Amino acid sequence: MKYVDEFRKPELINKTAEEIRRLADPNRHYRLMEVCGGHTHAIYRFGLKDVLPSNIELIHGPGCPVCVLPMGRIDDGLSIAAKGDVIFAAFGDMMRVPGTNGSPLEHKARGMDVRIVYSPSDAIKLAKQNPDKHVMFFAIGFETTAPSTALTLQRARKEHLHNFSVFCNHVTIIPAIRAILDSPDMRLDGFIGPGHVSTVIGCRPYEWIARNEHKPIVVSGFEPLDMLQSIVMLLRQLRAGEAKVENQYKRVVPWEGNPAALRAMADVFQLRPYFEWRGMGFISQSALKLREEYAEWDAESRFEVPGIRVTDPKAAQCGEVLKGVLKPAKCKLFGNECTPEHPVGALMVSSEGSCAAYYNYEHRKTSQLTSISVTA
Amino acid sequence: MNFGANSNGHGVDRATEHESGGGCHMCLAIPGKIVEISGEDALNALVEVAGVRRHVNLGLLVDNKPECGDWVLIHVGYAMSKISEQDAADQMRTLEMLGECEAAMEEVKGYGLGGEETKPAA
Repeated sequence: MKYVDEFRKPELINKTAEEIRRLADPNRHYRLMEVCGGHTHAIYRFGLKDVLPSNIELIHGPGCPVCVLPMGRIDDGLSIAAKGDVIFAAFGDMMRVPGTNGSPLEHKARGMDVRIVYSPSDAIKLAKQNPDKHVMFFAIGFETTAPSTALTLQRARKEHLHNFSVFCNHVTIIPAIRAILDSPDMRLDGFIGPGHVSTVIGCRPYEWIARNEHKPIVVSGFEPLDMLQSIVMLLRQLRAGEAKVENQYKRVVPWEGNPAALRAMADVFQLRPYFEWRGMGFISQSALKLREEYAEWDAESRFEVPGIRVTDPKAAQCGEVLKGVLKPAKCKLFGNECTPEHPVGALMVSSEGSCAAYYNYEHRKTSQLTSISVTA
Repeated sequence: MNFGANSNGHGVDRATEHESGGGCHMCLAIPGKIVEISGEDALNALVEVAGVRRHVNLGLLVDNKPECGDWVLIHVGYAMSKISEQDAADQMRTLEMLGECEAAMEEVKGYGLGGEETKPAA
């Protein structure tokens, strides 16, 4: 495992790894899902799998908001900006995500006004700096990011800013977890819960996983010690036949979440009846749209969007990888047509996507060790 | 830092990735120290992250307003929670170890559209 000595309490990291080996029942095969893309990245980056016994399997969940966005929504956002005198503003993560006719960056190369912003409030700044144009902010993210979009919209409304709108693609984590648990091809023993989403929603929303599904869930930090401790906590519960929600990331995550953030979200957003998730189909009440009071700042109310469903290229198996049913390397396109340099699907664009993470940390290692192509 | 190689053996340079806006910031939580508070309802903070100063919004912490000298975790230009100085140092180290320090600094430098650090977000 990498960086053991560089983190706080390296001897504790080793002890925790030993504790995992001691707690894991050799007659059991554990399948633990980490939901959030940040945890996926950390697992690969730190080589956490190297310290786990072989009967603990980490399955990557759909917690990468870039990865789960269907291509049609990218097309919709770009179609708004194609209308002329519209500035397409989005986080850097969105810039290389493929739409049907290219990514935002490729559209920029063809003349569209595409700008990177690092905060939704900077999209407001752009609007003020460009009064002759309309700034459309392409909003993505789970509940970590949605409150910031909400505050930004409250400000736009308060200041009567007219040349600004949000194309809202915020999604919510709980319905995704529910969909995973409802999936017949998925058998899981427990969850490593998202760290930063939980600073907003708290730990209560996960209680049904423990109560109704009888699976333990531990909200985890992002350091190696955090994740290993969370696995220890999961194993202890599994050994005792327990299922409850625990908070390993207490130093940042309050059990009740962030009331101010939740208030802002409730003021600005409502739940869409359903929303399509790449690879998971339509999930009910899993995404946010702006409430009526904010229609003036809702890009979908102000502009016509094609709303065309675009399925992934047939050979791309983004959906199966997203659900954790298929390992990235097993996708037919992995490492050939689809690499970080020329991604076919979003799981290869975003560094939180399991394909990119696997490619960057594992594939290189494997292909150095053997001369056989991983996709053979 | 070079990421993996494609089948031609060319690495994807992290710098190129940033110029083109690649890499993922969705889970980035960046620790920063509040050096100044201003604005309506004291909701605008000038924070310092590894020597870089930018304005962030404190609107999500209205119920528990931080003070000058406090450390906060920042996400897309908004302070998400108050943290201890020790945890801030740990988080910075975690970002370094995750190879996300560069992305974090790029994000911070980009706040306010990349400049005018002494003026609050217009």
